[in-house]
Amino acid sequence: MAEMRYREALGAALREELRRDERVMLMGEDIGVFGGAFKVTDGLLEEFGERRVRDTPISENTIVGMGVGAAMTGLRPVVELMTINFSLLAFDQIVNHASKIHYMFGGQARVPLVVRMPQGAGHQLGPTHSHCLEAIYLHVPGLLVAAPATPADAKGMLKTAIRDENPVIFIEHESLYGARGEVPDDEDHLVQFGVARIAREGGDVTIVGISRMAVTAERAAATLAADHGVEAEVIDPRTLRPLDLDTILASVRKTNRCVIVEEGWPHGGVGANLAALIGEQAFDDLDAPVQRVTGADVPMPYSKPLEDIAYPHEPQVVAAALATLGHDGAR
Amino acid sequence: MPASTPRALPAPETAREWLETMTLIRRFEERAGESYARAKIGGFLHLSIGEEATIVGSARALRDTDYLISTYRSHGHALVRGTPPEQVMAELFGRVDGVCHGRGGSMHMFDLARRFMGGYGIVGGNLPIAAGIALSSDYGGRDEVTLCQFGDGASNQGTFGESLNLAALWRLPVVFMVTNNQFGMGTALGRHSAVTDLQRKGESLGVPGVRCDGMDVLDTHAVVAEAVERVREERRPLLIEAVTYRFRGHSMADPEQYRTKEEVEAWRRRDPIPAFGERLVAEGELEPGELEAIDAAAIARVDAAVEFADASPFPQPDALFEDTYVLGDSPHGWYSVETTGERAAGASGGRDSVESANDEIPQQLTTALAAGEEGGEPGGGEIGAELPDRAAEQRAAGG
Repeated sequence: MAEMRYREALGAALREELRRDERVMLMGEDIGVFGGAFKVTDGLLEEFGERRVRDTPISENTIVGMGVGAAMTGLRPVVELMTINFSLLAFDQIVNHASKIHYMFGGQARVPLVVRMPQGAGHQLGPTHSHCLEAIYLHVPGLLVAAPATPADAKGMLKTAIRDENPVIFIEHESLYGARGEVPDDEDHLVQFGVARIAREGGDVTIVGISRMAVTAERAAATLAADHGVEAEVIDPRTLRPLDLDTILASVRKTNRCVIVEEGWPHGGVGANLAALIGEQAFDDLDAPVQRVTGADVPMPYSKPLEDIAYPHEPQVVAAALATLGHDGAR
Repeated sequence: MPASTPRALPAPETAREWLETMTLIRRFEERAGESYARAKIGGFLHLSIGEEATIVGSARALRDTDYLISTYRSHGHALVRGTPPEQVMAELFGRVDGVCHGRGGSMHMFDLARRFMGGYGIVGGNLPIAAGIALSSDYGGRDEVTLCQFGDGASNQGTFGESLNLAALWRLPVVFMVTNNQFGMGTALGRHSAVTDLQRKGESLGVPGVRCDGMDVLDTHAVVAEAVERVREERRPLLIEAVTYRFRGHSMADPEQYRTKEEVEAWRRRDPIPAFGERLVAEGELEPGELEAIDAAAIARVDAAVEFADASPFPQPDALFEDTYVLGDSPHGWYSVETTGERAAGASGGRDSVESANDEIPQQLTTALAAGEEGGEPGGGEIGAELPDRAAEQRAAGG
């Protein structure tokens, strides 16, 4: 184990997989000479050269589409998009091509492609650079959707993504790049997809946190314990496709209460989907309606005070958890 | 477009095979159209009738190890690569023996073993993929070339500029070939592209262009062969404009109000198949009677394909989820959304759930099919406009 930042853990995963497998190559805007917009790929061009670490023009749809074609013919490309907001420019290649090719061509071709990109608000980047769009990719069969919240998961899940035979939407978080944590040195440290992480055990209320909101949920749980005597169980699903619904349902059966925290928009969101699944499969176990804490239903504003209230923070999560327990709490 | 200067004929057996393949594509497409009118084929059906020389002339410039990738008008591209007509027709019929097991249909043919890398339903969607395939060849140090075909309409997509730029920048071995059939669906070239000299459209992106007569298999072959070998040698992309014309509508339900009968007639007089056949006879490479024999053989082959397709079963309901994912060891929970109802916690996990989820499918499928039969037509826009009047077509076909 070594203490590492989230961005360093991602860089380590890329470096190890580039060394391990000649078929792995990287493409993206400013990932080489510049070292990556968030410095994840810093030093990789120097170590692996222009053949395997490729700076691209600003052409998101074609970068991803080239990844699709390269993946179909034997490579294992890892494409970096500067933010998930720019992935909308590549939506055609992701949704109409990467996700469908294995199915629509009768299983003849595979698309072992990873599209990495960060998301998230908090840096005053305004309406076109700040959103969390995991729900959009969650919607699409054929894709895997991963959203690690810790440095250890960032490394282990990225390595799993690169070794998987399916297209993986790998969602990082801008606010987590500097987060520190213990990361296994083992080059075969893989985090299995479809297995949730129980970040904190507790018997009073289940809090499911997506992406960075898993971290926010953990902080809220600490406050709930310290200030309210409430023991929350915090679950980070880690991957939304596949989804470890079993672990979430088992927790809900224990606590009989559930709060889902996500940074994205409320309508058609991850929480909406999860609440439906829980309602369908564990209705009789619920003692209170499932609560959702989400980003505000607006384009992300630039101005700091507005941005701050447009995505969830610890107090809203605490309040939602207390609401499931019948406390008025902070609400 | 005036006829090009006549090119020399290839060896007799080669010339014969080109004529046979063009004829096979023509007869195949005609039968596909008839089968559509008989409701054996659903969805959209885009025929290549009139464009056969662009398909055969170009594909025959490739080695077996080269890649060919095309568009939603791709039956002929599969056939020219050697996919058995039976499998292409069965795909159109939506049957299990289709080349994609009935999951792709007319617009999504694919034959990996023959390096036909697919038909793609999204206009311009195949250009980045072609560049990626070429990247793979280049990365592996292999001297393969990718031939990427698309229509004049696709030359206006963003992927055109992006892909040509990247291919030129990275010196990728890809030949971009715009099959200019004069219309992006029903919009004439001059109404959809500011630059109508399409061969020049790559110049500002570092991709030189050349034009061929897409109604002449010899000219198409000569130009594409030269381009392919140049790209193989120089490792930089080229653009070819093949000027051609589709004799039929964009798809099956196209009233063709955007062009005149006289224009279509003028192009039909340049039909690439009789033109080539007559030349082979005139130069003594074929006996006059052999033209009929070639045609009869193509018709017989297509008859067999239709018979095969009709006999092939529809996919079973339990095939619905097949190949959504490559199932390895790690993933689980794919079907958690489908496993609702009485199934509880255990249903969401593990590959066992693939089977358990499938238990429920027949009923879902039946419901969906019933809804379809009630004639829920998608409305408006292109889809509405393209919806065929099956009854009218059946009458026209004497069905």
